[in-house]
Amino acid sequence: MKQLWELFAAFARVGVMTFGGGYAMIPMLEREIVEKRGWVTSEEIMDYYAVGQCTPGIIAVNTATFVGCKRAGLRGGVFATLGVVFPSLVIITVIAAVLSNFAEIPAVKSAFAGVRVCVCVLIFNAVLKLWKSAVKDKAALLLCLGVFILSVFFDISPVVFVLFCAAAGILFTQLGVRGK
Amino acid sequence: MLYLRLFFEFFKTGLFAVGGGMATLPFLYDISARTGWFSAAQLADMIAVSESTPGPIGINMATYVGYTTGGIPGALIATLGLVTPSLIIILIIARVLQAFRQNKYVDAAFYGLRPCSVGLIAAAGMLVVKITLFKPELFAATGALADLFNVKAILLAAVLLVLTRAVRKTKGLHPIVFILCSAAAGVLFSF
Repeated sequence: MKQLWELFAAFARVGVMTFGGGYAMIPMLEREIVEKRGWVTSEEIMDYYAVGQCTPGIIAVNTATFVGCKRAGLRGGVFATLGVVFPSLVIITVIAAVLSNFAEIPAVKSAFAGVRVCVCVLIFNAVLKLWKSAVKDKAALLLCLGVFILSVFFDISPVVFVLFCAAAGILFTQLGVRGK
Repeated sequence: MLYLRLFFEFFKTGLFAVGGGMATLPFLYDISARTGWFSAAQLADMIAVSESTPGPIGINMATYVGYTTGGIPGALIATLGLVTPSLIIILIIARVLQAFRQNKYVDAAFYGLRPCSVGLIAAAGMLVVKITLFKPELFAATGALADLFNVKAILLAAVLLVLTRAVRKTKGLHPIVFILCSAAAGVLFSF
């Protein structure tokens, strides 16, 4: 029970510190789940993120379910998910009840313009860190740059990239170019 | 009855929206058109609030729509409806993965997936950089190069970059510290 409660609390912390889409959660996951608690590795976070891109649902929830399940099975998955949605439920309900024009308040707009700048920098740092553990040979470099460039310039579904890269991973391994 | 329908509508959204929070948007517009629970204009407001509050955007939107439709129970039911399909699917995948993670083909697939994840996260970051540090629309309208850059934002980004990477005293601080300071800087310098 204590373990489930820890999962709930840890993911509630991650949820309340995530500003933006699932990608904004990565720096917080790295800090709270990988570094501070050591529940999963950076590599596993990337695995979950890739799978979460091509399965239905919110990526933040998918990642939380994965970590929770790894740590404490089915109930762990449920508790981690409830944890990650808990802050949203409270905050949004309060705002919806009392501040219908919340997003129009000038101070709120300014504060979030500032937060978005910080999210840029945090993601940049997270990418550099993940890069070190994910891109260790030329084939991986090719895949990473290819995905980055194509998804910046073209409107291609992440599902396509994920399926292609999984196939490429198997192909490269079979061809023996892995690790060179 | 309303609650049952609310759960069902969000369950469907959670089941068919692939690729994260923003992928749920077309489904939300569809719910608005079919049920009349909330208007498209209301939805636009809800998106704005969801983007400017803590928490993953997709969850925030579900909670907001649920609250607008059916009060506090509605918020709870819509959110649970949204997460239930992915919870079930991921629990199954996680079990299968645990069993097959050592398989050499699965391992090879993940060898390709990790750089893919990094590329996708970097691209998502680029999108935020584009709308945060630059003003492409203003530049397109005026054509003046000075209008392309959001100078205040670029300065803040530069300061944050130094503080999070180079300064020994600050680079180990929790990311939320930098988020809160940036919010304060945003208000202080009216971003």
